[in-house]
Amino acid sequence: MSSRVELINAGLLRSDGRRPYELRTISINFGAQGTADGSVTYSHGLTQVRVSVQGPHEAKPGTRRETFHDRATLNVEVQLAPFGVGERRRRGRGDKRLLELAATIKSTFEPVVQTHLYPRSTIDIFIHVLQLDGGLLPACINASTLALATAGIPLFDFVCAISGGVHGTQPLLDLTTVEENDVPSVVVGVMPRTGRATLVQMETRLHMDRFEDVFRVACDAGKVLWSEMRDALRERTGDLVDKLEAGPGMVAVKETEET
Amino acid sequence: MRPPSPSIPEKKFLYDALKQSLRLDGRDMLDLRTPTFTFGPELGWVECAMGKTRVIAQLDAKMVKPLPERPFEGIITIHSEISPMASPDYEPGRPSEEEVTLTRMLDKVLRRSDAIDKESLCILAGQRVWQLRLTVHVLADAGNILDCSCLAGIVAFKHFRKPDVEVIGDEVTVVRIEMILLPKLTFFEQHSPSERAPISLAIHHTPFCVTFAFFPDVLTRPVVDPSLLEQRLSAGLVSIAMNAQREICVLHKAGGVPTAPEEVLRLINIASILVKDLDKRVEARLLEDWEGRKVEVR
Repeated sequence: MSSRVELINAGLLRSDGRRPYELRTISINFGAQGTADGSVTYSHGLTQVRVSVQGPHEAKPGTRRETFHDRATLNVEVQLAPFGVGERRRRGRGDKRLLELAATIKSTFEPVVQTHLYPRSTIDIFIHVLQLDGGLLPACINASTLALATAGIPLFDFVCAISGGVHGTQPLLDLTTVEENDVPSVVVGVMPRTGRATLVQMETRLHMDRFEDVFRVACDAGKVLWSEMRDALRERTGDLVDKLEAGPGMVAVKETEET
Repeated sequence: MRPPSPSIPEKKFLYDALKQSLRLDGRDMLDLRTPTFTFGPELGWVECAMGKTRVIAQLDAKMVKPLPERPFEGIITIHSEISPMASPDYEPGRPSEEEVTLTRMLDKVLRRSDAIDKESLCILAGQRVWQLRLTVHVLADAGNILDCSCLAGIVAFKHFRKPDVEVIGDEVTVVRIEMILLPKLTFFEQHSPSERAPISLAIHHTPFCVTFAFFPDVLTRPVVDPSLLEQRLSAGLVSIAMNAQREICVLHKAGGVPTAPEEVLRLINIASILVKDLDKRVEARLLEDWEGRKVEVR
């Protein structure tokens, strides 16, 4: 039984040696897939997802009637690699859990992406889960934010999502699969500039007082994630600018500016 | 087909009214429509109506072989269906987005919240368990079918009684029962010792779902239990399933207008009060129904 696993030991360290509010290592790698407009491989601890964004583009003939005259539609597809999950099982496209995950991601981004700039078009977000160790939804959302930003799609703000849980009365942040199976978990997506929450999701029983603790901590953690994500994006943009300047054309432009 | 959006005057009227904290059906911003329950002749058949929204939930039990990985646990399956009968917006065939949401939410509220004790549904470990099958039919959609369906579902679980069974050696015998609606004065005799009244399910807690609708205007406060028009014109829904012990079972807010953390906590507080009231009402109604019912053992 998983309940025999000691999730927090006497020294307040968790099963993987983290403190209750410590997040796992995040690594962000842009440009994993050249053909997409924006793509990112995001790994958060042992969870790894790759997101590629295509668009905004004209809707495909079959789905044209689903477009809106005043805004773009988002299309989210999630695939779980059979080798990435603990239990090797093939999941079809009709899997209810994945459909719901996609619907959640879609509705999270609908108010964040400035869809009104692209009427009658579609933005595709393809998510591949390569490895899963807890925090699937937060990883998908963070990666999608980054991928949308690299694709040059205007957003009102970042969405930084993080999972949280409560063990006894101790709030935890950023749960692994072992912890997720055992403690009530909450996923919170915040827009860091305003501090408002776009996504709050919980599927396990938790007393409202305990919820309040973990919810507040998770909102703060979202802002920490934001600094990581913003730095990664800035670095990439900086690289791009440098590369532009290194080109032969740019040297000429610079010389004319100087003279 | 997407439903045609409400006309501009209709939209403006609703938003203006809500800005003055007035709702089109005369309710207060934080008033639920009073749910009414109609019970059928069988136990586990409930029709729940909130205003013009109506949902039928039916529960039946049959004996099956348990899943090999969980030999001690009964099986609970939930089927839900939104047919075009509920509203012309729904089409038969491929499940719509609303239907996926409804199915998943029912699953989370009723099954995954561990409201019903599954181990008590075991008859003979690894051989026979009860399978409970809940079917939820939406008869009419006048807004907020989610809360109404969850309410109908949980009341059906509470209303249901499963037949008593006896295990003699390896044989499983069902003590047959028949429910008859009879006036209270009917005379009963002759209970052979092997025949017993049906027993109710072991229920740990009763979660109720409360949905709030947000509107694009930031000054408009959210309303509870949105009507169809309010739901259409809303800029986001938050569903909170709680029990009377102030435990949150499911909280679902995906997208919609971004909300300040304090606002979310305020809604949870409101939900806890509403749920306590709902719980009382449901208990009273179930008791009333049970008192007027006679269970005959044949």
